[in-house]
Amino acid sequence: MQAEASQKLEKLTAFYRPVNRWALKVLARNLIVFKKTWATSIAFNVIEPLLYLAALGVGLGMLVEDIEGMSYTQFVAPGIVATSAMWASAAECSYDSFVRMHYQKIYHAIVATPINLEEVVVGELLYGTFKSLLSGTVIIAVVSILGLVPSFWALLVPVVLILNGLVFSQIAMIWTGLVPKIDNFAYFFTLIITPMFLFSEVFFPLDVLPRILQQLAWALPLYHVVVLLRSLTIGMVSIDLVYHLLWLVLFIMIIFPLPQVLMHRRLIK
Amino acid sequence: MQSVVEAQNLQKYYNGFPAVAGIDFSINGGQCFGILGPNGAGKTTLVAMIYCFHPVSCGKLIVLGRDVTEDPRAIKTRLGVVPQENNLDLELTVLENLIVYAGYYGISRSEAERRAKELLYFFGLSAKANQEVEQISGGMKRRLTIARGLIHTPEILILDEPTTGLDPQSRRLIWEHLRRLKKRGLTLILTTHYLEEASQLCDQLIIMNQGVILEEGKPVDLIKKQVGAKVVEVGLDSAKIEDFLYTVRDVVGGYQVAGRTVYLYVPHDDESEVLALINTFDYVEVYQVRPSNLEDVFLKLTGRGLIYGEDIEHASGSFAEIGKADGIL
Repeated sequence: MQAEASQKLEKLTAFYRPVNRWALKVLARNLIVFKKTWATSIAFNVIEPLLYLAALGVGLGMLVEDIEGMSYTQFVAPGIVATSAMWASAAECSYDSFVRMHYQKIYHAIVATPINLEEVVVGELLYGTFKSLLSGTVIIAVVSILGLVPSFWALLVPVVLILNGLVFSQIAMIWTGLVPKIDNFAYFFTLIITPMFLFSEVFFPLDVLPRILQQLAWALPLYHVVVLLRSLTIGMVSIDLVYHLLWLVLFIMIIFPLPQVLMHRRLIK
Repeated sequence: MQSVVEAQNLQKYYNGFPAVAGIDFSINGGQCFGILGPNGAGKTTLVAMIYCFHPVSCGKLIVLGRDVTEDPRAIKTRLGVVPQENNLDLELTVLENLIVYAGYYGISRSEAERRAKELLYFFGLSAKANQEVEQISGGMKRRLTIARGLIHTPEILILDEPTTGLDPQSRRLIWEHLRRLKKRGLTLILTTHYLEEASQLCDQLIIMNQGVILEEGKPVDLIKKQVGAKVVEVGLDSAKIEDFLYTVRDVVGGYQVAGRTVYLYVPHDDESEVLALINTFDYVEVYQVRPSNLEDVFLKLTGRGLIYGEDIEHASGSFAEIGKADGIL
């Protein structure tokens, strides 16, 4: 009995073992490619969110009264940071990973070296996470220059961006392990990412929604990211934030085996 | 000589379909070992099991003294792989491709750069070092892929159809490089459906079809054993083939029919008797004597053309069967 249990535990922990130096080599490969295109990559990462902020904050904000003591621009800014970071990770580990895996056969090339497929997957997730961290940090920097980030708690934002990156890289990578064709990512963005974007308290406080929808929002990872980012940027920090943090950490840990399992099933016959 | 790869009753199934159906072989170090067969013979599956990509379904496969199911990382560290499909990193330059790949093996940046430059020189790619991979020719991409497989100085280099799709000139250039590598003592495992490639490069080969080994040995021995040193190709009206085979039955060692051509195997390297009989048969339109080659062996063993793998109209057999050869045409 005990031997069986320890065997099961062994199997489970095996999914976390690819977080190792081999996975870092895959991350390193992606960073070398990133170095070639970072300028355009960052520019697009920043321009779009700032357009949103301008339209919503300056435009829509004129019609909206202050929310919980914040101007509408201030309310919406952390949400914009969270969503752009989410998009950055999700796009990286869906379209871009799919191209590397399916068209360029880079995964195949790497698994012929000492690195195994599970480590390739983890390396890709780390790169997706890097994208979230980078994109979110750049935007929050710009937003604070605009004077929208009054609190020093905001220095903890990168931690939240890393969790955000791990969440959405994994969700996207699960999809990459499943879809037969690159076109199928349209469903992923329409059915998963866009609702996340609209109903995670990015644009309006959830208490305007019926109670049942408010509770459903708890199931959306982006909601927790938005709450954390908003609280940190305006400095309204309480012990409640730990729940949101824990929610994200648990979510990351629980789905962690999935991208590896699916990619293995897809490529290794 | 020490064996570097050892397979016992090796099997691989895809959804119940046997791609490799229980084969045994052993590869000695320092030689060029050829795996010859038409498309779909199971060659790629076989080498992919050796480089630990496809899991083995059944049987035993030992590479460099280790079981592939137990320690793939240790094996992969000592193998170089040149896959059938180019999978160079298109987002990197020629030189970066080698350096980044070296990184996967844990080779330091400076050492990687030194080796990469050496390999680019060896493969005549130095001038292209800083070009994007997409800008170089197909033959160069292939050479770069081989260079990439050598970046960590492996003990075995596995090449899956290294010259498929290349023009004859690029193909010959690659053969030249492979010969030089062999001279340095590198073990080569090569799959191919080009008979010329196999006879040019391989010291030892297995001929595969539908997941099984049909024959194995040195190329010259195989030819001698299966068809003899010479073949007479005879072109004639297909309606007369049966009669013709009956006429020559006593003087040839075996035959193959493919469309309007009959291949006669000459016994004891002396074709004079065969030619004498051919000259008495009025319906022969054209004939020639030529040295036999692996294509003849392959055709005899599988009844199929090797290059395109399509079933051509054919028949073969020993002469005991000639009398009842209705099914021939």
